Amino acid sequence: MASLETNFLGIKSPNPYWLASAPPTDKKINVLRAFEAGWGGVVWKTLGSQVKNVSSRYSAINFHGGKVMGFNNIELISDRPLDINLKEIVEVIKEFPDRAMIVSLMADNNKQSWHELIKKVEDTGAHGIELNFGCPHGMTERGMGAAVGQDPEIAKMVVEWVMEAAHIPVITKLTPNVHSVVPTGKACVQAGTNALSLINTIQSVTGIDLDTLVPNPYVGGKSVFGGYCGPAVKPIALKFLATISQNEITNKVPVSGIGGISTWKDAAEFLLLGASSLQVCTAAMTHGFRIIEDLCEGLLSWMEEKGYNTIYDFIGKSVPTLTHWEDLDINYHHVANINQDKCIHCGLCYIACEDTSHQSISITQGNPYNTYSIKEEECVGCNLCQLICPVENCITMIEHRVAPEYLNWKEFQARGLPLNDH
Amino acid sequence: MPIKNKRLSEEQYTHNFSEIHPPFENKEAALVEATRCLFCYDAPCIKGCPTRINIPKFIKQITTGNIQGSAHTIFISNIFGGGCSRVCPVEKLCEGNCVYNLLEEKPIEIARLQRWATDKIINNKTRVFERKPSIGKKVAIVGAGPAGLSCAHVLSREGVDVTVFEKESKGGGLMTFGIAAYKVTPEFCAAEVDFITSIGGIEIKYNSELGKNITLEELQKNYDAVYLGIGVGLANKLNIPGEELEGVVDAIKFIYDIRTNSLANIPVGNKVAVIGMGMTAIDAATQSKRLGADEVTMIYRRSESEKNCTQVELDIALLDGCKMQWLASPKEIIGENGKVKLLVCDVMKLGLPDHTGKPAPTPTGETIRLEVDMVIKATGQSPFVDLVNTYGLENIKGKISVKNKSQTNINGVYAGGDAVNGGKEVVDAVQAGKDGASAILSFLSDS
Repeated sequence: MASLETNFLGIKSPNPYWLASAPPTDKKINVLRAFEAGWGGVVWKTLGSQVKNVSSRYSAINFHGGKVMGFNNIELISDRPLDINLKEIVEVIKEFPDRAMIVSLMADNNKQSWHELIKKVEDTGAHGIELNFGCPHGMTERGMGAAVGQDPEIAKMVVEWVMEAAHIPVITKLTPNVHSVVPTGKACVQAGTNALSLINTIQSVTGIDLDTLVPNPYVGGKSVFGGYCGPAVKPIALKFLATISQNEITNKVPVSGIGGISTWKDAAEFLLLGASSLQVCTAAMTHGFRIIEDLCEGLLSWMEEKGYNTIYDFIGKSVPTLTHWEDLDINYHHVANINQDKCIHCGLCYIACEDTSHQSISITQGNPYNTYSIKEEECVGCNLCQLICPVENCITMIEHRVAPEYLNWKEFQARGLPLNDH
Repeated sequence: MPIKNKRLSEEQYTHNFSEIHPPFENKEAALVEATRCLFCYDAPCIKGCPTRINIPKFIKQITTGNIQGSAHTIFISNIFGGGCSRVCPVEKLCEGNCVYNLLEEKPIEIARLQRWATDKIINNKTRVFERKPSIGKKVAIVGAGPAGLSCAHVLSREGVDVTVFEKESKGGGLMTFGIAAYKVTPEFCAAEVDFITSIGGIEIKYNSELGKNITLEELQKNYDAVYLGIGVGLANKLNIPGEELEGVVDAIKFIYDIRTNSLANIPVGNKVAVIGMGMTAIDAATQSKRLGADEVTMIYRRSESEKNCTQVELDIALLDGCKMQWLASPKEIIGENGKVKLLVCDVMKLGLPDHTGKPAPTPTGETIRLEVDMVIKATGQSPFVDLVNTYGLENIKGKISVKNKSQTNINGVYAGGDAVNGGKEVVDAVQAGKDGASAILSFLSDS
């Protein structure tokens, strides 16, 4: 029987799923409900100097009938008094001692504030601290959050202050609002952070109300850039995670993966790219804490099918398969194949290829059903038809190697081989 | 119990004749369905529509919130798009071709979505089309049914001034008078006609019947072109003994009465036989049952696999409790005191295909006898043979002969719809009207 038990820097949890620092982890009542539902841990919503929030706070992107493909918020750090938060943290730890309790922090920008805050949090018995260097809205205008994470020098300085005072593991949370997370990640690791987490939200404008002409979320006739998250950001998060896992300095510390994790499949992908704990928020905010059931059951079932006993059997396994473009095998070639028995004649592959790709699908008019087939000699193997085909396994990509041996671009050039003639 | 009316309570009538295909209740329901559409290329559903509505486009427009654009996409191909969404046998047209059928999945509810897109536009008479300035040409159209009004609308859009002559006091033709009441309401039919004519440039003169108070010569003299969308007449005769008995009725007349009277006033027999297995036969049988007949039997001389109605229609009749008597052909109606008492049918067997391509039924020599008090004839309708012959219109058994889809043998006189094809679907007539309009437009520009 496989197990999801997780040990992240000595912080143990029954499964790798933690609720990310966000509204669902702002209060004892929420966190207790999450633990009752089965969540492995929480990162308590960021504590610091108490703030005031506005209304409204969220907006979303829907796509083709599905709600909340992307989610956006302009909420600040916790707007509750610090004392109440600390007291509730103590109470929750007492009730659920087997769950991970990490507390997110964003102190005012001086060493003393950080030291005072860390002391208070450590007194609660919390298992770890997460430094919020990622929040992209509101707090940045006060020189905090992403304003710290976007500057490796400042980030390094703050981590150093923190490490002077901290006795429990410190996780530094990185902002994706940079061209690369590696410089800040490196600086934080060099400054002594015990772990990294990523990504925080991405600055965004989700849309504009076409009646009022004001972008959302709407706050009294105005709006501001918000932080984007949810399923839509998963590919960006995976990319940033991979760069941290590839770098020889940043991959020395464990990483907590965040960004659009909604299903056990997403979770497996984050683990495969090097994350060793997972943080979830939007999926819980859209469907409630009950989603933890399939997050665990689906992952366990897949692990058992693959013969993995623990998550440590496969963490990072996909990292080596991400390479440089010039190391790709130019002799690898595959072409599309349409299974005529499965084809429902919707023509979507044809029109996509004909209008926007390589005119590699032929059409034979029929009434009412046309027949579509691949012109193998024209097909560049781009996958477009397969991606849009509504029937599973109707279009498959069949390997047709150009030559048996591996050949990369550098070698291709060195041999003076001919380029395409079309 | 003989033929009589007022068999049911008002509540029962209302219940029995409420809409069989209810519309989407709300936007969310319509969106769930619209979102299922795959937006096929060169879509099979379009090929199933005689008017070639761009179905994937109008459904896509529902999903983007462009309802008026969606309605425009429908109406540009089929100005009866609202009515057709209620009465088309979509299971053999657009929905029958939906690619989801090939996945053994429920096809997209195209008709219901089409109704969603068109209903508000029709009810509000929203302006969807701008009429071009008048080009100073006048066209007379005979018949304000689907063919005639479809032709009229295209012509008016192009700036032609149209006068429609209609023998009834209401427009819509078979849509208004010839279709089961639980499919389309009289109120909707009236709203649809108003919507079509709201473009302007179309005047309908009611109670004007060709051959009675107007003549083709007059129309030819006073107008630049004439379009005949005169439809077909009453049901074919059975030509068997006893056809003149009281209680033998014409399906077209029966349905017409249902459409033009209050339901409680429509007499129906206790035991009804409906002769035929087409759409009209189904409409007559189901409505007999819904009017309170105890027993309704549909009589067809071939077997179930040769039926002219769709399976969906047959299922409606079966669910209503109608019985099916396959392989039976009426031989004689026997009366008592001048009223129908017994229907005698030959039991048939099927042989080799005849000229229709279907196996020819021949009598086995056996007969069956059905005790009935009402016989409804629904074995196709007779074209207006005498009328078309009077005006020298070339025809085959009354069906007007046309070249290039709509041109009759008389210069400047065009025809389409049931008058030409002998009786098909509303949607076929709408397309015929469009074909007629485009032929007339090129005729007008040449003359």
